[in-house]
Amino acid sequence: MVSNFKKALESGKFVVTCEIAPPKGTNLEKMRHHIELLKDKVDATNITDHQSSVMRFPSLGGALLVKECGGEPILQMTCRDRNRLALQADLLFAYSRGINNVLCLTGDSVIFGDHKEAKGVFDLDSSQLIMAIRKMEKGKDLGGNDLDGELEFCAGAIVTPEANPLEPQLIKFEKKIDAGAEFIQTQAVYDLDNFKKFMDYAREFPVKILAGIILLTSAPMARFMNKNVAGVNVPQNLIDEMASAPKGKAIEKGIEIAGRMIRRIRQERMCDGVHIMAIGREELVPDIMSAAGLL
Amino acid sequence: MIRSITQKKSDEEIDHLLEGLDRIFIIGCGTCATLTHTGGLAEVEAMGENLSGKGKLVTGEMVLPVACDNMAADILREWSEKMNQADALLIMSCAFGVQSIAQQTSKMVVPALDTLFIGKQTGAGQFDEICTQCGTCILGETGGICPVTSCHKGLVNGPCGGTNNGKCEIDNNKDCAWTLIYNRLKDLGRLDSMRKLQAPRNHQREPSPGKYILPF
Ligand code: SF4
Ligand code: SF4
Repeated sequence: MVSNFKKALESGKFVVTCEIAPPKGTNLEKMRHHIELLKDKVDATNITDHQSSVMRFPSLGGALLVKECGGEPILQMTCRDRNRLALQADLLFAYSRGINNVLCLTGDSVIFGDHKEAKGVFDLDSSQLIMAIRKMEKGKDLGGNDLDGELEFCAGAIVTPEANPLEPQLIKFEKKIDAGAEFIQTQAVYDLDNFKKFMDYAREFPVKILAGIILLTSAPMARFMNKNVAGVNVPQNLIDEMASAPKGKAIEKGIEIAGRMIRRIRQERMCDGVHIMAIGREELVPDIMSAAGLL
Repeated sequence: MIRSITQKKSDEEIDHLLEGLDRIFIIGCGTCATLTHTGGLAEVEAMGENLSGKGKLVTGEMVLPVACDNMAADILREWSEKMNQADALLIMSCAFGVQSIAQQTSKMVVPALDTLFIGKQTGAGQFDEICTQCGTCILGETGGICPVTSCHKGLVNGPCGGTNNGKCEIDNNKDCAWTLIYNRLKDLGRLDSMRKLQAPRNHQREPSPGKYILPF
């Protein structure tokens, strides 16, 4: 069955996704609240998979919760914690429970997380995980054995348009599409002129592209990302704009900037939609969408 | 040349491993551990002084030319009297040496070093891990640079999103293997081999522990 998210991607509308992080523990209240708040406003909701290698409630459980609440989940799956047996098994389970959108990621190193001595698995990489999905859809697992029962996923991946050097990243991007990625959610972009150049290249490929928007919450946060997050580059004029916000109003400024960027991406038809990441401030996604004129 | 790269265990750990063992014979290695200043003559002597200072009786100390060589058995035999007086042999070589010596004597052996990796000297005082003996060598498609080993995640299909100005996301001192491979293949005019989707790797080409018997 074709997923609702895939239908949205193919409808030609400006697609909006956001992401929600599962909790550290079994208290799902806040997550459920975020899901309820966002499920009817966005086309789909990513559920992150131990983001930054921090152990949490699993993305599969979070995606199930989205489903139970009547939303459209995108299951994030990294290759860091599971070998090919476990990844395929989780895909079978996901499909059996109506979760049919997957974002395939390599995953951050374990040394960034809160279990720094754990073994990183990386039995597969992101493009091989997409290959696995396409193979399973044809009725075979990675071992070449028959699968009983059908499955079908809308599978996607990520790209970092500001990576340095960029060319190796673009080769990987093309390989993900070769492997069968149908949509791409990008790492955060801030310099839209740069992003336009990336899109001039990326538009040639048969894949839907959602521009990554990370909410700026303060000037120091922007500087921190520039220093510590590979492939994220907040231009100085945006940092200055954040710094110019009156005391206690930085968040409003960040929402205004995010809204302005989304509006421009949409007006200039740069790509197929946006993926909004309001890390830790998911309740602000509707405000960002309003600022962008999407609500 | 292949080098075994070692680092001294902490004093606390060595003290703990030697608890209740009062008479110690210390063995160093004249090859890799001498090169890395972890188990040469100077380090063996310093260890002897340190243990004496802690009230241990050092029955003898010596440096084997090549601790992992089976020939070491002959040299050990010459020292057997002093070795036999000891409760344990404290070995300042890599784990290959520790295990070789364990096979050649009936004494309790205690490693004083941690073996970090098998590497190669790539500059003055610099050693890099460049092959982890995976059994399915792909160097022919990666310009002679090993992504299985030199990429922190062992990725064979190109870089992750963590490449940071050509460095690996985990450490600014470590090159991103995929930046190196890309540059190399570009120079060679062979970028097509990077575009090829690599299938999942065979991790069981030689199921561990590796063993090989020469077919005669
Ligand atoms: S691919 Fe790398 S780890 Fe495997 S044999 Fe070749 S050099 Fe060694
Ligand atoms: S940054 Fe480069 S070397 Fe490090 S894990 Fe990613 S691809 Fe591998």
